[in-house]
Amino acid sequence: MTEPTTRQRIRFYQTGTHTVGNRLLDETKRTVQASMARANAITSGHRACQGCGEALGARYALDSVMRATDGQMVAINATGCLEVFTTPYPETSWQIPWLHSLFGNAPAVATGVAAALRVKGRDGVRVIAQGGDGGTTDIGFGCLSGMFERNDDVLYICYDNEGYMNTGVQRSSATPPTARTATTPALGEQPGNVFGTGKNLPLIAMAHNIPYVATASVADLHDLEAKVSKAMSFRGARYIHIMVPCPLGWGSAADATIRIARMAVESGFFPLFEAEYGEITASNKIRRRVPVSEYLKLQRRFAHLFKKGPDGEEDTEGLDRLQKMADANIARFNLLDDGIAQGTS
Amino acid sequence: MDQPLPFAVTLDPGSSLANQTGTWRTERPRYLDRLPPCNDACPAGENIQQWLYHAEEGDYFTAWQKLMEDNPLPGVMGRVCYHPCEDACNRAQLDEAVGIHAVERFLGRQAWKNGWTPAFAAEPSGKRVLVVGAGPSGLAAAYHLTRLGHAVTIREAGPMAGGMMRFGIPKYRLPREVLDYEIQRILDMGVTLELNSKVEDIEAAFRNEGFDAIFVAVGAHLAKRIDIPANAAAGILDAVSLLRDMETGAEPPQLGRRVIVYGGGNTAMDVARTAKRLGVDEPMIVYRRSREEMPAHDFEAAEAEEEGVMIHWLRTIKQIDATTFTVEKMEIDASGRPQPTGAFETLEADTLILALGQDADTAFLERVEGVELAGDGTVSVNGQMMTGREGLFAGGDMVPSERTVTVAVGHGKKAARHIDAWLRGESYEKPEKHEIAAFDRLNTWYYDDAPQTVQPALDLVRRQSGFEEVQRGLTDDNALFEARRCLSCGNCFECDNCYGICPDNAVEKLGPGNGFEFKYDYCKGCGMCAAECPSGAIKMEPEDI
Repeated sequence: MTEPTTRQRIRFYQTGTHTVGNRLLDETKRTVQASMARANAITSGHRACQGCGEALGARYALDSVMRATDGQMVAINATGCLEVFTTPYPETSWQIPWLHSLFGNAPAVATGVAAALRVKGRDGVRVIAQGGDGGTTDIGFGCLSGMFERNDDVLYICYDNEGYMNTGVQRSSATPPTARTATTPALGEQPGNVFGTGKNLPLIAMAHNIPYVATASVADLHDLEAKVSKAMSFRGARYIHIMVPCPLGWGSAADATIRIARMAVESGFFPLFEAEYGEITASNKIRRRVPVSEYLKLQRRFAHLFKKGPDGEEDTEGLDRLQKMADANIARFNLLDDGIAQGTS
Repeated sequence: MDQPLPFAVTLDPGSSLANQTGTWRTERPRYLDRLPPCNDACPAGENIQQWLYHAEEGDYFTAWQKLMEDNPLPGVMGRVCYHPCEDACNRAQLDEAVGIHAVERFLGRQAWKNGWTPAFAAEPSGKRVLVVGAGPSGLAAAYHLTRLGHAVTIREAGPMAGGMMRFGIPKYRLPREVLDYEIQRILDMGVTLELNSKVEDIEAAFRNEGFDAIFVAVGAHLAKRIDIPANAAAGILDAVSLLRDMETGAEPPQLGRRVIVYGGGNTAMDVARTAKRLGVDEPMIVYRRSREEMPAHDFEAAEAEEEGVMIHWLRTIKQIDATTFTVEKMEIDASGRPQPTGAFETLEADTLILALGQDADTAFLERVEGVELAGDGTVSVNGQMMTGREGLFAGGDMVPSERTVTVAVGHGKKAARHIDAWLRGESYEKPEKHEIAAFDRLNTWYYDDAPQTVQPALDLVRRQSGFEEVQRGLTDDNALFEARRCLSCGNCFECDNCYGICPDNAVEKLGPGNGFEFKYDYCKGCGMCAAECPSGAIKMEPEDI
């Protein structure tokens, strides 16, 4: 047996590494967000709703890019909530170089910016493209796939709030089954969004064999920042998919955003993993496993799953199928540590 | 360019800082300190969370000074306190309570090792206070009164200071060098101790010696008796006298091979374990109720049993014939009282030791006009710890309360505050308690799992044959580990969560030690900071709209 190091013996049990910072932690182990010198890519006064997960996720990711590139970066933004709530003319919340063109062309614009920087000999400046799930999985999908396929030197970040929230909560191809949206009302035989549709963009990105693909959550800041930093250590096309709960579209309490994101991860519904060149290289283990209902019941868009039918019986078919999805993720991405009990559903 | 630009042609980019989203808010977050359950539960009024906060950084000196503001005897208390703080500890609901007593003891040890002295800066008040009794309560009162600038004399009837800490608690639980050291440290602050000097006349002390106030804390030393029909009884001793004789160097009593201790309190456990150490083969405890109802703490019964003490639950002694004890089986009725069953059995023993509790010897106070005594010798005091006689205060085991060292030390502090106020012609107002930081106020996701550090215990054989201390202390490493298990309930520990998770960048970090501030111009009142604060140190309050 090797001699345990001091660090192993004295661990930070009070806070572990789960909090943003902590006075007891070594500076290097604190997050970018804990720093008084963080870039604050999006400053105060933006018009995002109370408890917006996307405002948070974008600041987390971009501040981290700012640190990784020492401020040498430019962000291209697709149309969507993030663009609208940060830049109502003539105000801007951005404290980084930032560019917006159209809803569907952010990956193509980013490709062009990267090419222009290269031509001008300024490839020390790194290019980020970002958008919501609508701009990414639906409208900008062709451009994005092209960007991946050409392996352009761009990190694309998708902030996935699972619908078109900015225009009134319409369904997107990232909306989960059974979720109620303005276009998938909780009515009829199959209330909410139907099963079997939608896309899993991280897996599609992996299928392009690009250098780096990862999923991240606003509930795990250390992990998110580590993945962004890692993405910046690669050249070529990279993709990070961040789940950002939306209090407005999901019908959740403004103060529950992080809890919901955490439940999504802990239930296995939103797996956190990394892949390099098309192969999964790591996945985050679930720490305190919960049934998927713990995640769903915090959101009104799933409220119909918990309603009793006319016969007074709870119809659990929708719940069961969503649990199966989570269980499948757990198996597929190997999300359980040996220490965690199986089958809590 | 004299003409103003037409609207919306080429405006310079402005910052969204112009948009004060704070106006959206219906609830406002506020930083607050909630009262940690450990502090709330501590009879000595220690600010446990605060001294652990310093210990977490490895700043044991500051931690010890904070601890010493409330308790002059950390080494003693870390060993003998029954730590109600740990019963209240929120961490118990997560894995196990923080081993507060073990860290306290460790700090006591650090102070000894490094020769630390308590920091205090009080102007001499010119007032003189007499403390009667050098037990935990008297010593604590003397200590706190000294810190407040008063000149204190302690008069102790016995030959040594320490009271029940010395004469009631065996040294395998409290080594005497620890006790001696911590008492001496109090005396070194300028307290005068007069041993073997019993105070008989309180009024004379006021009148002839000019004391401005007197605090009596003479404890409860008179063993309770019971009538048992006996023919040619075996030796009958009382527990308090036996434990006392162990200290004063008297000849150890001849107890025989088998001993029955009668009673179910901590003293019964102590005396049975002492008997074992004195060479008794079969120490037994006879107690009329069951384990659930016994006043002793469970760990003491468990440790006694480990050492070979046989406990006969639900038995009363009915008859003694030489060495044969007839005991009756009892059963607990619906109201929790033991009732005789009419079934008898016999036990053989050479000696009976009574451990049925103690009364206070307060006869000397009967002569003091205004002082009210209860039937069992306890003295009535008001909320200021003052008796019916102006300027005469009382505390410890001789006033009605739970009888533990910790309660006594708490009485000493409380009395000192009130005496100090009374001497200045004022009254001490207790600051209002903060709301409790209950478990449901915490967000425990952020704490790592970490079960309590087990204090090593002495080998069983050595426990059965000698008076060496049973529980060992923590080492440097595991003391730090243990301190860091504290959840810091209700008090900010600068984890940066609020600063990090605000989607509106509306929390300002003020730098190490200075905490955080809300930027209310931009805070939308979403409440995420409060929801994700691990320690429950942020509260959402409705805005006046």
